[in-house]
Amino acid sequence: MGMAADSEFHVLAVDDSIIDRKLIERLLKTSSYQVTTVDSGSKALEFLGLHEDDRIHQNTPSVSPNNHQEVEVNLVITDYCMPGMTGYDLLKKIKESSSLKNIPVVIMSSENVPSRISRCLEEGAEEFFLKPVRLSDLSKLRPHLLKTKSKDHCKEQVDEKPAFPSPKQEGKEEQQQSKNNKRKAMEEGVSPERTRPRPNGITSMV
Amino acid sequence: MDVVNQLQRQFLDYSASLHREGFLDDQFTQLQKLQDENSPDFVVEVASLFFEDCEKLINNMARALEQQGVDFKQVDASVHQLKGSSSSIGAMRVKNVCIAFRSFCEAQNREGCLRCLQQVTHEYSLLKNKLQTLFRLEQQILAAGGSVPAIE
Repeated sequence: MGMAADSEFHVLAVDDSIIDRKLIERLLKTSSYQVTTVDSGSKALEFLGLHEDDRIHQNTPSVSPNNHQEVEVNLVITDYCMPGMTGYDLLKKIKESSSLKNIPVVIMSSENVPSRISRCLEEGAEEFFLKPVRLSDLSKLRPHLLKTKSKDHCKEQVDEKPAFPSPKQEGKEEQQQSKNNKRKAMEEGVSPERTRPRPNGITSMV
Repeated sequence: MDVVNQLQRQFLDYSASLHREGFLDDQFTQLQKLQDENSPDFVVEVASLFFEDCEKLINNMARALEQQGVDFKQVDASVHQLKGSSSSIGAMRVKNVCIAFRSFCEAQNREGCLRCLQQVTHEYSLLKNKLQTLFRLEQQILAAGGSVPAIE
């Protein structure tokens, strides 16, 4: 069951596939996050209060000078392959925006392409999930979200002490693991939710 | 209740056969695990979306392959989408046909593509029937006052 604290977190999910949107929404809600789903990168930027030309729309009365988002978004999870603006393009625009760059971004892809994964991680993506995404993948999100709530938030921090008590027993291990697994698209180790190995045997990164 | 037990056993056997025969893979089980009292019709809803998506994509592929000058990139785009959806729902046989299909698109092999289109249409109909049977069994169990057993 999700922790009460997690419902404070609002995740914006971006995917052009209606099936994948439904799936990611269910996964996120099961993990007790608030979810908004959109079907394109441009709609995501709109929701975040940015426009495609990268300037913050200053005439909108409802947008406050300090927080350009209408609604606070704590994490963006996006598909890589989308028509028009790809997930990578969206990632870049978020990281280039002064108001949005601290929002953690996670990329999802159905294709295990090492160069694609590297590019995304280098551009600042926190994680890269292979589709289909599983509940166990989402457990890797918490450390990134907790970081953003911390007052001492610093993007470059590597070894951080949890600022919050970790109610979940795997909380601390997860933080370590998420650093180690950052370059791996496939999760290693036995996850409680997975009782048999994946039948379609995803090849690991070379 | 005997009736409920019988239906439950039928359901489990049928589900096992679908997995054994490769119609469904572990991802489908993952979807079933995500279904709960907050989202009681989750699997049926996803399946419905998948069927709609399938039909639309199959039509797109058929139309594209009928053209004088086939736009293989367009066909491939539809196959890529179908591969993604079938992977997300656990429709293994459909997904596997899509993998072969993409190779033919890359090779710009119209005959090969048409064969795959036929296969994918066939696999999709099979799966649709089987899932409808599975869902019907679930409904019967619930109607008899029982609960649907969890897989695994």
